[in-house]
Amino acid sequence: MLAFILRRLFQSIIVLLIVGFVAFSMFTFVGDPIDNMLGQERTQADIARLREQLGLDQPFFVQYWNFLGNAIQGNFGISYRQGRPVSEILLERAPATLELAAVSAFFAMLLGISLGVFTAIRRNGMASNVIMTLSLIGVSLPTFLIGILLIYVFSVELNWLPSFGRGAVVDLGWWTTGFLTTSGLQALILPAITLGLYQMTLIMRLVRSEMLEVLRQEYIRFARARGLRERAVNFRHALKNTLVPVITVTGLQLGAIIAFAIITETVFQWPGVGLLFINAIQFVDIPVMAAYLMLISVMFVSINLIVDLLYFAIDPRLRVGKGRGH
Amino acid sequence: MKLTRQVLMATTALGLMAGAASAETLRWARSGDALTLDPHAQNEGPTHTMNHQIYEPLLLRDTEGELEGALATDWQVSEEDPNVWIFTLREGVTFHGGETFDAEDVIFSIERAQSPDSDMKELLTSITEVRAGEGNTVEFVTDGPNPILPANLTNLFIMDKGWAEENGAVEVQDVEGGEQTFAASNTNGTGPYQLVSREADVRTVLEQFPDYWGMDEFPMAIDRIEFTPIQNEATRVAALLSGEVDFAQDLPVQDLERVAGSEGLQVITAPQNRTIFFGLNVGADDLENDDVEGENPLANRQVRQAMNMAINRDAIQQVVMRGQSEPTGIIIPPFVNGWTEELDTPPEGDMEAAMQLMEEAGYPDGFSIQLDCPNDRYINDEAICQAVVGMLSQAGITVNLDSKPKAQHFPLIANSTTDFFLLGWGVPTFDSEYVFNFLVHTKGDELGSWNATGYSNPELDAQITALSSMTDLEERDAAIAEIWEEVQSETLYLPVHNQVLNWGLTDGIQTEVQPEDQPKVKYFETSSS
Repeated sequence: MLAFILRRLFQSIIVLLIVGFVAFSMFTFVGDPIDNMLGQERTQADIARLREQLGLDQPFFVQYWNFLGNAIQGNFGISYRQGRPVSEILLERAPATLELAAVSAFFAMLLGISLGVFTAIRRNGMASNVIMTLSLIGVSLPTFLIGILLIYVFSVELNWLPSFGRGAVVDLGWWTTGFLTTSGLQALILPAITLGLYQMTLIMRLVRSEMLEVLRQEYIRFARARGLRERAVNFRHALKNTLVPVITVTGLQLGAIIAFAIITETVFQWPGVGLLFINAIQFVDIPVMAAYLMLISVMFVSINLIVDLLYFAIDPRLRVGKGRGH
Repeated sequence: MKLTRQVLMATTALGLMAGAASAETLRWARSGDALTLDPHAQNEGPTHTMNHQIYEPLLLRDTEGELEGALATDWQVSEEDPNVWIFTLREGVTFHGGETFDAEDVIFSIERAQSPDSDMKELLTSITEVRAGEGNTVEFVTDGPNPILPANLTNLFIMDKGWAEENGAVEVQDVEGGEQTFAASNTNGTGPYQLVSREADVRTVLEQFPDYWGMDEFPMAIDRIEFTPIQNEATRVAALLSGEVDFAQDLPVQDLERVAGSEGLQVITAPQNRTIFFGLNVGADDLENDDVEGENPLANRQVRQAMNMAINRDAIQQVVMRGQSEPTGIIIPPFVNGWTEELDTPPEGDMEAAMQLMEEAGYPDGFSIQLDCPNDRYINDEAICQAVVGMLSQAGITVNLDSKPKAQHFPLIANSTTDFFLLGWGVPTFDSEYVFNFLVHTKGDELGSWNATGYSNPELDAQITALSSMTDLEERDAAIAEIWEEVQSETLYLPVHNQVLNWGLTDGIQTEVQPEDQPKVKYFETSSS
């Protein structure tokens, strides 16, 4: 067990190093921050001076090495754009993204599972067919279009919900939350739907197909034959057995929700880390880009690690020694 | 039917209520936030705009682009010494913190703006000393007579010396040195509004400063400003349409009609201080990305003239810009000193004459060339380039378009590694010398830093450098006209148009568009007040 964890940890570190290396080799192609940092009146001498000060005249692996050295000491540098420590900016922005991701994931799970069960039980019902068709639209429409569409309907035409921002937030010192104010909660609705819609349809389709599979199993027939009530059969026996793959997929999707919040955050001017990253790319704010990419890869690596460990706990076959050889 | 009417009435009522409630609070959105509140750390539009509400310069530009006294009431060249400008300071001005404004603060601020980490220092290179003069005046000593010095001071904000010293904000924020200064997120200006709270990239709230010296001089109808950057243009327009903001800058041209046609909203328009043009690499012996071996077709003046003729500026205005541009024949907008109607007249779009010129130049079958174009900097920049590709192909020139984000485009110009490029240029000093210094003078360590054309004319360089010390303004204007004549006849740049600014506002607010895109809220009027 310990050896397994250590091996996985070692692999994770290798993955992180490679991600960082690839990221730094890409930064040259994103562009040059110098013109964004100096005004229109800059001279050639200013350009050369700043380039040297920032170390941009060095090869990318030297820049990468310096970044690593500082990052290990917890220093991610100073944002070129805002002139503030990157770690401070990330901490300030993280609550917005995490709250949005949590609400989206909750919404996706709740609706995904219940609609999945519904469409599986009423396989040929009218409502099921409508839901299934609509879910196809949810899967195929790009996120930004859904966002703009929702803004158009609910903000411009109906004037019900805000089109941008987080509303009023309450500052708890180390965390800012939008959960405690009405405008904060209202502001969450549209972005959360936009971000969670794809995951919701995915979960729904997964639950439905798993459910259909399980409902065909013999123990369900026996349960019915025993005269158990329909609800008990569907929920206590069938649903329970479909949830294992669903939980795995949802766990992995949670990482995707956080990482791909970028587009939703841009459409709704949601002040999270995704919007920060987009701004960083446009400005070529290398310290912010590097820290964000490392953060996201740390997150994915740890989610994968946790999922692996969960398998280990759930599936006894993994625990038996490798020596048996099959 | 009845239901819809009720819903309609309810929404109208809501809209009216929102309008009334926001009469004194201005909810303001534009695409980008100020990068810092340190007044000398960034020389950038949105940053200056925010600071103009909080801080004040000695002089500023009104809605016509004319100089107006802010912290200075009078400014003139000393009668004894042509190298000295004397500024008379406004009396009875206090900072938000209660400190009195005086000559010390001006000297401190100018010196701060001249320090190495300041982004404003290039505008002040001619100043050798700033000292207190007689009475309530400050004297600016320059290294030679500098007739246009005042024009360089319109974005140069004055800070309080004592406040800066007390709070360790004497130095300008040094981003690359990893510093974070007090002044980047705290302010103490003399301006009409003071900072209440700020979350970078999220929201900045300002409140009227009750002891502002201009309380009775300006409308001052807005009590409170809530500024929010909204990056996505569709969202920005939606926020204006839904009544969540009262004032939006950077409206996309395709949505202007929609906004103007909406109940309770208006779009106000004015020419912007920004010209869009193409630059040509005339200096290279051979171009990198063309199909002509051993020579540079762009070095041939007839080719450049043919290209200039082939560009149909009216078509670009109507189709690409939806009428929101002013076609031009020169790379400066009309309010810049040196502009004349004659220079502004673009050549007739005459395809036959263009082909004729191409033939005379020795390229009857044309040639191919690469055009570098930004796609996130100017209004419809990429679409302008695409239109020009089509127009030039009619004159036999095959253009391969390479468009990319500004962060990749501008290094090409800085390093002069482009043959044919799109650029936009504003003239903050409202004087031609600025354009000559950056775009016409031979590229060197100091001057010509944006001249990627490879053009070098020592005679013209001498004429350009001589401008800075000409005290006789008539003589100077004649010299400027002479330089323009040479630049125009060389056709180094192919001017396209001047951009037009559009501000979207609720009907309750009246103001005029400022050519630098720097709204100053103290000028805003509201109908309810």
